[in-house]
Amino acid sequence: MGLIGESMDSIKTLQIRSTLSQAATLGMIVASALMIWKGLICITGSSSPVVVVLSGSMEPGFKRGDILFLRMTKDLIRTGEIVVFNVDGKDIPIVHRVIEVHERQDNGEVDVLTKGDHNPKDDRFLYPYGQLWLQRHHIMGRAVGFLPYVGWVTIIMTEKPIVKYILIGVMALLFITSKE
Amino acid sequence: MHSYGYRANGVLSLSLTILALLCTVASLSGGILNLPPPSAHVEVVNINWFQKHRSGNDEVSLTLNISANLESLFTWNTKQIFVFLAAEYETPKNSLNQVSIWDGIIPSIEQAKFRINTINKYRLADQGNNLRGREFNLTLHWHVMPRTGKMFADKIVMTGYRMPHEYV
Repeated sequence: MGLIGESMDSIKTLQIRSTLSQAATLGMIVASALMIWKGLICITGSSSPVVVVLSGSMEPGFKRGDILFLRMTKDLIRTGEIVVFNVDGKDIPIVHRVIEVHERQDNGEVDVLTKGDHNPKDDRFLYPYGQLWLQRHHIMGRAVGFLPYVGWVTIIMTEKPIVKYILIGVMALLFITSKE
Repeated sequence: MHSYGYRANGVLSLSLTILALLCTVASLSGGILNLPPPSAHVEVVNINWFQKHRSGNDEVSLTLNISANLESLFTWNTKQIFVFLAAEYETPKNSLNQVSIWDGIIPSIEQAKFRINTINKYRLADQGNNLRGREFNLTLHWHVMPRTGKMFADKIVMTGYRMPHEYV
């Protein structure tokens, strides 16, 4: 009786210890991913350093599923730059090209007009009613580089959430059953 | 150490790393061909009309003859070149006004040397009525969009253009 009780106890502590160490490893992985993401935000100066292209409005340059690397510097905004901006009230960022800039003499404020390369008209129809221009604070970053196709993973996971759940389920299963 | 899973994992990680390295090298390698540097010339063939709208803003319509040679910018990593012509001028109210009046996409080196006669694709309107007699530059900008990697841009500034002194 005493022996069985003792071995039961030691099995339990072993299992508790390995579970705890697995949880700690998982926590470390999540924490380092978060650190890398926040670090990128600091280095690039943009609140979303990587975006996925969601629409075809910049074709044939950027197609749906490409990812764009953004940087935000204090440099003045000039025509031709590809900028990412948020329209007030909507939280999907839009990636289009600046086609018009008017910069004030007195305070350096800018009025900016954008247009998608593939769209026939400029973006005034996207801005809120009555707003003719974008200001500097609407702009979250400039596109400086890109990788094709890599963003499809994000698009599939957002538009078909079942894939996301299956993926997480499979990863969790592998994690629990793996021996390290 | 020798299960299928481990081997597949090893092969996948190595191939992804090599692919990333290849992409980086591709984006760094530039053109080595002996082509003349980019050149451009724009002529304002005609001022079609120049009016002040009821809103108080001046607007002008121009016919332009744009010719350029951008062949030396094409490398094997170039997907396309986005080229646009911007009118740039200063007014008492604005230290800088840049308005894109024409743009185009050059998908391959065969079309990189071109001449086009066109009216302005986008409207050239001021914030106000400051365009009469105004001096302006026409700048041809180009953005090289790579198949993968860093995008870069440059321009040629052509000076010496002037708006008419009176509305037409």
